[in-house]
Order: sequence, then structure tokens, then C-alpha cells
Amino acid sequence: MSGVPATLFQKIWDLHAVRRLPNGQTQMYVGLHLVHEVTSPQAFDELRARGWRVRAPERTFATVDHIVPTRAQARPFPDPMAETMADALERNCRTHGIPLFDLPSGSQGIVHVIGPELGLTQPGMTIVCGDSHTSTHGAFGALAFGIGTSQVRDVLASQSIAMSPMNVRRIDVTGALASGVYAKDVILTIIGRLGIKAGAGFAYEYGGDTITRMSMDERMTICNMSIEGGARIGYVNPDETTFTYVRGRRFAPKGAAFDRAVEWWRDVASDPGARYDDRVAIDAAAIAPTVTWGINPGQVVAVDGRLPDPAAGGHDRAGLEEAMEFMGFRAGQPMAGTKIDVAFLGSCTNARLSDLREAAKIAAGRKVASHVRALVVPGSQAVASAAEREGLDAVFREAGFEWRGAGCSMCLAMNTDRLEGREICASSSNRNFKGRQGSPTGRTLLMSPAMVAAAAVAGEVVDVRSWLPGAVPAGPGAAR
Amino acid sequence: MTSSSRTLVAGPAIVLPGDDIDTDRIMPARFLRAITFDGIEAHLFEDDRRSLASQGATHAFDDPARRSARVLIVGANFGCGSSREHAPQAILRRGIRAIVGESFAEIFFSNAVAIGLPCVTVTAPDAQALTRAVQADAGAVVTVDLETRTVSAPGVSVAAGMPESARDALISGQWDATGLLLEHYEVVEGVAARLPYIQGF
Repeated sequence: MSGVPATLFQKIWDLHAVRRLPNGQTQMYVGLHLVHEVTSPQAFDELRARGWRVRAPERTFATVDHIVPTRAQARPFPDPMAETMADALERNCRTHGIPLFDLPSGSQGIVHVIGPELGLTQPGMTIVCGDSHTSTHGAFGALAFGIGTSQVRDVLASQSIAMSPMNVRRIDVTGALASGVYAKDVILTIIGRLGIKAGAGFAYEYGGDTITRMSMDERMTICNMSIEGGARIGYVNPDETTFTYVRGRRFAPKGAAFDRAVEWWRDVASDPGARYDDRVAIDAAAIAPTVTWGINPGQVVAVDGRLPDPAAGGHDRAGLEEAMEFMGFRAGQPMAGTKIDVAFLGSCTNARLSDLREAAKIAAGRKVASHVRALVVPGSQAVASAAEREGLDAVFREAGFEWRGAGCSMCLAMNTDRLEGREICASSSNRNFKGRQGSPTGRTLLMSPAMVAAAAVAGEVVDVRSWLPGAVPAGPGAAR
Repeated sequence: MTSSSRTLVAGPAIVLPGDDIDTDRIMPARFLRAITFDGIEAHLFEDDRRSLASQGATHAFDDPARRSARVLIVGANFGCGSSREHAPQAILRRGIRAIVGESFAEIFFSNAVAIGLPCVTVTAPDAQALTRAVQADAGAVVTVDLETRTVSAPGVSVAAGMPESARDALISGQWDATGLLLEHYEVVEGVAARLPYIQGF
């Protein structure tokens, strides 16, 4: 890979390009196809109807995450439709020889948590899944993006996909994050700044010293929510942090092959001097704990800030008014002090071990407010057992959180974990759309895991910065 | 399902005002609990429809005068959020054959094209002109013509945008890509053979 400096996007694109299709799109080879129970059954049915087989079952891996109950997980599931969906996935995987990480495997979990955990996700790959949060895997320096069921069929049948070229926007985040400010706050700030449509047609390349210092868990949180900014792809160039994470994992290259892999992975990173279609700079030091107040992930406010006034003359007045009305909030009201009913710690955005550790630091020795229902749903069985080995489950239980089995759970409420009526949920997940958490009138406030834990204890949105060791002023809920 | 040309759509229209309508609203997640798309259109915009009905109002998709609509007119960033193909599937199965909007979220757009549902873009003022024509008369026929790249309604004709590759696929009837992708599988295998990670480094 020499010559003109290129971005990681361009290099991976060129390496995987199969041919130009008659309509001008490019047929791209898919290096890893992840499958789950919601977006795949119709694709398998079409394969059957057309008499096609799965071309590369060895490049295809499945798990069950969206519909699994997080409490009683014995089969058959209490919800007959959940059972039917799990059964269909099992049958399809058996028929086509696709490895399935199901509940008894000990490796089950949210597809975007287990891919990296198992070492399936590696730099330089093209990765697809019938799920928009596939952008998560970009944290490893892969081109990873969500697809729909028809494209799941395409990939099952041909291990390739038709793609149109994209632009690359470099987002440089520089400076030190304050204590109590996390990757979640960085990505919410980016989305708030650029808006939820800005990423259409772009892959986001995240860089700068703030990103370089981040762990893989934190980079995954950032890349995960690229789609919330409209970008189907988000990625971070692979570096030592990436290689250290991948080394020794079940599906990672071993021994001398690993060393050769690292050389190749270094090579796919964007070259110095690569040309970007757009550049954005973000000052990490200026970021405060950030919370969404509205009905899309771009409607954010600093926890110590006030809600905007839709009539203030900015753009999208109708959208802001609709959000304000749905949420039952008033222009100018402070974010802190907003009462919550539910606290949800989970999802592919923020349910990895480091997320649970940060939240447990806040929960330790405290009690969930009496009016709050709080649950922790680990991102995977591996995260759950690692957390249990550290005693995090006990910390959460003693504080009054429910400790559940792994799955998507209340992020989108396809199982029985859901909001009721107009409940307000402090949530570490990724979407605050109307009805997202299972009640058509339910309300979601997105925030970092530590902020969720603090809100659970305080019973209202609080600034987690004042709860951390060394903080001077006590948060409003700290005295309770 | 066999592909066929999707060049021209003409029929009455439904207008859904507002930007950033996400796929959770188009198809709430609880209705994805299924292993087929059969009947999914019954739940199209279900929460929005119920919410309006409870206030004594009628959602555009519940308006009896627009039951035979073939065209859907929307705002900007339509279909953002989840990649669920259930959203365009439900719209298609409800009888809509083309969507006209200021812009579309990327995954929604590619899902729609993959099932032969054209999504064309128009400017905000043009969308308003089309909306006025349609709101005035429930029977007004809106025509989406990919060949001439126009959307027209009584008294209005505006330019319609669509990426050339999608337009070509819909006009040629090759919007269902699988067959095309399988045509030269040996080339796919050739690419795999050159990738270090496929070859075990």
C-alpha cells in the first residue's frame, strides 16, 4: 500500500472491491457477516425459496439478542413469538452450518458486544449485520455497517454486497476529558453539534489524542452511535490499543500469524496526509456530561444547562416544539433535577465491563431511590460473568438494581423489559425516539452509564461530576 | 419475487409532514416479533395513529379518502435510525409504490431500493408545492417518473433527484441485487483469496 496517501476507508474499499455492477455500484466482498434473530428469518426463507445456499457459512456467525428475556431464560421462552424466532434462527443455522452463539454457549450476547469479545471483529475487514449499530465494529478499523433483510439475503447468498462510494469526514477530538465525562458524552456532543442528518453519505473517521487515549470499549461507544449522526460507518484507525485487545481472543490469529496480522493491520490505517472530504474539530475539555432532552439523539444539553427555546429563532422550530410537547418539558428548564422513573444500564452502546465498572463506582454503598425501577443488563454472558467475578453484580443488587441476563432488553423493548405509560427513563442506550423503549408515550433520556447510576440513586438527573471522589459540591441526590 | 421495472408510479398521495421520522415510529419494535413480513402493514405508524385517534384526530394513513394512495410525501431524513427493513416493507405492503421526500436516511433508502420502492428527493419548496396540490384534493394524482426525473401533481411539476445507480437499478428492473451479485462468483472468490485475513495471514 504505497503511493498516494489514502484513508483506511479507501484502502479497505479497494481491497474488497469485486467488480463494478451495471448500475455503477461496486460489488464488495464481505469479510464477516453477523446474524441475529430479528432481521434474518425472511432472508433465509428467500434463500430457501430460490434454492440458494449460504456461500460462506465459515464467515457467518449468529447469536440471539433482541428478543431474549433477561429474567427467566429457560426454554421454551414464556413469549411464544420469542420462542418461534429463536427456534427459526437455530433451525436456519443448523441447516446452513452457521455457528450460533446461543444461550447455552456461554458466549451469547448483543451481537455488537460478542463480535469484538470473541475476536471475530478485526481491523481491515468489511463487516455487515442486519442492524444499524454494526458501526460499532468500526472501532477496530473495519468498515462495518448495518443492512436490511434483503441485503442480508444478498450477503448470505453471495458473500458480497452492492455499495455506492462514500465520503470520509475526519472528526478530530483533542484535549483531556474531565473526570465524570465519558465517551458517551463525546459522541452525544458530536451528534448535537453536527446534527442527526449530517452523516448521510459519509463515513466518520474519529481521531485526535482524546480518541487515541481511549480504550476499545470507549471507541466502540463512539463508533456505535455514528448512525445516530446519520453516518452508516464510523471508524477509528487501528493502533497498539486495538492489537492488544484482539490478541489472544478466540478467533484472533495466533502466534506468528498474529504478528503478520499486526503488520497488515498497521498498513490499513489512514496514511498521514490522506485527503478527507470534510474535517471537524471537537474540544474534549469543553465537554460536560451530556443528556438528551428530546426525541432524537441530536437534541442534547449539558447536564448543567437548560433546555432550548424552540421559538428562539434557530432552525427546526417545529421539530423542537414537537419534542418539547412529547417530553412534557418547558423551554429553558434546567436539565438537572428532571425526575426519572426508570434507570436502564444496558445496550450495545454502553453495557461492556468498563461501563458496568464506572456505574458500579457510583452505585457502591448507595441506594436506588424508592420510586425508581433500575436494571442492569450486561451486554453479553462474558461481560456478566466477568462482572460477577469482580462482585459488580453484588454492588448493583445491594444498591437496589436488578441484575439481569444479557441481551438488547429495554434499549428497544422487544422482550418484556419496557417502559409503562409516560415513564421517564435514564438510559445508557442509543435512541430516544418516541416509543423506542416499548411504551408509545414513554420518554428516554440518554446519558453515560455513570450518569444513569447517579440518576437511579438521586431519582432525578444529576451531574455525576459532583459524585466522584474529590468532587467538592455534593449532588442534589447525594444526601438522600 | 422477480424484479421488474419501477420507472413510473402514478396515483393519489399521502402527506406525512415533519422531519426526522425514524423507523421506530414507522414500525414500532414490538411488531418486529415475527419471522415473516406478512401482515406487517397493519402496524404501520401504529403508535402515531393511535395517539392521534385518542385526540380525536386522524392520521394520514387512516384517512378513508386516501386509502388508495400510491405515493407518500415526506420531509427530511425520513427513515432514520434502525435498519429494520420492516419499515419500507410495511409501506410497500400498504400500497405505496414511491416515496417523495426532501431527504432519506441512508439505510432506509437502500432497503427501499432493494425491494423496488423508489425514494426520490425534491427541494423543500417543491415538497410544499406538491403538498398543497395534494392536500387540496385527496384524489389528486401524483406521478413519479424516474425516466424524466420529475414528480408532478395537478398544476405542479418539479425535478426529482435520485442517485444514478438506484435510478438505473429501478428502471432496468435489477433492484433485487442477489442474482447480479452471484453472476461472477469466481471473482468474489478471487478477492477472498487475496485477503490476508481470509487466508489465515
